[in-house]
Amino acid sequence: MESIVEQNVGHDTTLIEAESIVIRFSGDSGDGMQLTGTQFTDTAAFFGNDLSTFPEFPAEIRAPIGTTAGVSGFQVNFGSKEIFTPGDEYDVLVAMNAAALKVDLPRLKRGGIIITNTAGFDKKNLGLAGFPDGVNPLEDGSLEDYTVHKIDVTKFTKECLAGSGLGMKEIERSKNMFVLGLLFWMFDEPMEYTINFINEKFAKKQDIADANIKTLKAGWNFGDHTEIFTTRFHVAPAKLPKGTYRNISGNHATAIGLVAAAELSGLPLFLGSYPITPASDVLHELSKYKTSNVKTFQAEDEIAAICAAIGASYGGGLGVTTTSGPGMSLKTEALGLATILEIPLLVINIQRGGPSTGLPTKTEQSDLMQAMYGRHGEGPLPIVAASSPADCFNTVLEAARIAVEHMTPVICLTDGYIANGSEPWRFPTKDQLLPINVTFATEPNGPNGTFLPYKRDEKLSRPWAKPGTKGLMHRIGGLEKAQETGNVSYDAKNHEAMTKLRAAKIEKIADYIPLAAPDSGKSTGKLAVLGWGSTSGAIKTAVRELLEEGYDVAHIHLRHMNPFPKNLGELLSGYEHVLIPEMNCGQLSQLIRAKYLVPAESLSKVQGLPFTTSELKNKILEILK
Amino acid sequence: MTTIIEQEAAPKLTAKDFASNQEVKWCPGCGDYSILKQVQTVFPDFGIPKEDIVFISGIGCAARFTYYMDTYGMHSIHGRAAAIASGLKGLNPKLSVWVVSGDGDAFSIGGNHFIHLMRKNFDLNYLVFNNQIYGLTKGQYSPTSEKGKVAKSTPYGSVEEPFNPSELALGAKCSFVSRSLDRDPKHMQMVLKRAHEHKGTSFVEIYQNCPVFNDGTFFAFSEKETKQEQSIYLEHGKPLLFSNGTKGIKLDGTRPVIVNLNENGNSASDLWIHDEHDKTKAHIIAGFFDTEYDGVHFPRPFGVIYSEDRPTCEDGMEQQIAELTARKGKPSLDKILSGDKTWTIL
Repeated sequence: MESIVEQNVGHDTTLIEAESIVIRFSGDSGDGMQLTGTQFTDTAAFFGNDLSTFPEFPAEIRAPIGTTAGVSGFQVNFGSKEIFTPGDEYDVLVAMNAAALKVDLPRLKRGGIIITNTAGFDKKNLGLAGFPDGVNPLEDGSLEDYTVHKIDVTKFTKECLAGSGLGMKEIERSKNMFVLGLLFWMFDEPMEYTINFINEKFAKKQDIADANIKTLKAGWNFGDHTEIFTTRFHVAPAKLPKGTYRNISGNHATAIGLVAAAELSGLPLFLGSYPITPASDVLHELSKYKTSNVKTFQAEDEIAAICAAIGASYGGGLGVTTTSGPGMSLKTEALGLATILEIPLLVINIQRGGPSTGLPTKTEQSDLMQAMYGRHGEGPLPIVAASSPADCFNTVLEAARIAVEHMTPVICLTDGYIANGSEPWRFPTKDQLLPINVTFATEPNGPNGTFLPYKRDEKLSRPWAKPGTKGLMHRIGGLEKAQETGNVSYDAKNHEAMTKLRAAKIEKIADYIPLAAPDSGKSTGKLAVLGWGSTSGAIKTAVRELLEEGYDVAHIHLRHMNPFPKNLGELLSGYEHVLIPEMNCGQLSQLIRAKYLVPAESLSKVQGLPFTTSELKNKILEILK
Repeated sequence: MTTIIEQEAAPKLTAKDFASNQEVKWCPGCGDYSILKQVQTVFPDFGIPKEDIVFISGIGCAARFTYYMDTYGMHSIHGRAAAIASGLKGLNPKLSVWVVSGDGDAFSIGGNHFIHLMRKNFDLNYLVFNNQIYGLTKGQYSPTSEKGKVAKSTPYGSVEEPFNPSELALGAKCSFVSRSLDRDPKHMQMVLKRAHEHKGTSFVEIYQNCPVFNDGTFFAFSEKETKQEQSIYLEHGKPLLFSNGTKGIKLDGTRPVIVNLNENGNSASDLWIHDEHDKTKAHIIAGFFDTEYDGVHFPRPFGVIYSEDRPTCEDGMEQQIAELTARKGKPSLDKILSGDKTWTIL
């Protein structure tokens, strides 16, 4: 925490004005920590803090209760300054049981605050968490470097709801509200937002709503009236650019981006998708927008999902499919079809740890090479990558624009970190968004009134003639086609020419995208940190801090992964060193080294976790020294 | 009904109008030629403008069909035509969509899409040219090849049971199950028309001779020496008769029995009357394949085995959108961008 002012506010309680605070809510999968974290986040956002969140949960819906495998965490960094990451370490750890403490203690700052539910530290829970018999970290002095608040949250919740008429199970389930109320008190945040949320959520179950609100207030009062807590914190609203904001997660921004793409292009949107973590939320969210020219189709498998999207695109819609790594592998053959058909298609891969089932709920950027080269035959495709939760919106729009304006499938990469994480978003209005230009063929374009489906324009893209258009009947397919007519052709020279034409069409997109420029730092110098995707926040924070400390360092961040911006090679050659941090084993650095012959250095992390700012700063300093 | 009036005003198309300019490249004598001819023959009667017709095919000999029709068409990838057609029909319900597939394409690599298409019931037509062999890959046994089939990949005979496509389709809740064969043009035309008229997924299995890799496999059902004994032609509301009307099938409870009408005491009025809409009986008829009753083998059924009116998937999608729009209206993009909870920094 970065504190600014301290003042005594009576009752022996000190109010500390803090610039930013990181809280980690941690508990069993059933303890409601994701909801607690989300409510705290939304409240902080609503009252003007900048923030970044990092939900982290196990792949199992209900892992064995009380074990370290079942720990579910939600981290939020909120501040009165600009926040780009969920924070390397936390100031406050809420540990609902012994397992949560065990898993998340290592990243609590020295001197940090621990709030525990002592009911989660009984003999059984200690045993399940793997503490040796007779050892209780709350009692053995091992936490003396921290400020520990031991509260029997379960007992207080039960007492608070005695006589409420609710069953023991429902009462126990409310205990996260006690913690949330206490934290609202501790961090001087109002309860109204959550009270409204509870009333809306349980509009038809008034007894449950009342119980939750009562427990929430009990938590607040517990902080206010007992003298256990001597310190409260206040984080002033952030001085963000003027405008209207909302809080948004990456998957939500992706869904809204698709709705916007449909409206801006005037095309009906058709999503073919199959449930997969962490992509399913896009399907869930988009299926709520059916009145906005959107159709969603939960297909029987990943292959059917992309094929249905291809069918929709062929029919003159904006076909989209959303998935994650293993699903992407299944879609590959169909993606080859879409490539040779040369029709618009959006393939959104919300990356997770792989290969195979890998780490379904953890993040990784390891599908870049798959996006670049993961097709049979020569089949380059445009690739764009989102750099933050809100940036998913812009990236999806960009992907849609390239797809329909250049008649090609586009791969859009996000990852679990930004898909589930959220941040305040100064959302645009419709009139601030550029239209997406769509031209359907309506007239013959060949000699004698014939239609040439593979006749190319200045972008090298072919006409889009949708079924139902009179006089333009034509057949397309996966077999190699003759130039212009699109008829099946096995001619050797024609295949080579078509292969090169398809590649040149993708390469030509570089003429229509922005040039690369540093996000921070100078455009020549000692070291450029080149990033892509979700590493943006951590790199931005690290580089800005080092710039303030006087180091010669710059940050360049890529959205267009294929083709790269035209000046990228030239820009990179203006630095003595290029460092490429990636949550993979160096995939972008291989591409950059191969294409530009720059001695780029890779900083690799494949732990299912995003980079911390300090990891990046340490590496940058190592190179600079 | 305005569309019909407009169509009548236009000059009626002919079979030739549906032939594309591409050379047909199936092997000489292939049953596919007959199917192409029957399709091109009946299409003018449907009165659909050519631009509203789309053929989607997968991979295999049958899949080349798409190139030979002067309509819109996509020759896609192996087994996936059903999924592509679902997306196309889902997006634009006005199109007349025809899937052309083979036994390997539909029941092996495309098996999952096949069953789910039947269940979802998009209003499209699914033609399977069943030749009980992989032709384009030069002669491996297929999921409809009979047990013991000696083929390239089974030199000692296949050890697997084949699918009975009609039972498979019925089990997957198909709303229109039918069978025809390449060597009976009139019958095929009738079935194609029925498939077109049916609203929902119409499954048409067409026995198709592969003269190169599986010649004569269906001759028992098509050649005059055996046809009368081995096949039975179904007509809704008519008794189940075969063998030139000398034999029939009656039901003893749920057990079918073959009766000889020339023998004493047997009358046509006791026979089973075919009811396309009776699913229980459709299952029994579909079982006239490899199911034997009391050691008796039954003739193979041709025609419409089952048909049922039930809502289509694309109509469901459209209705839901219409109802939601009527109830909630269409939010502006600005409203969607802002969501419900915003704050302003001045």
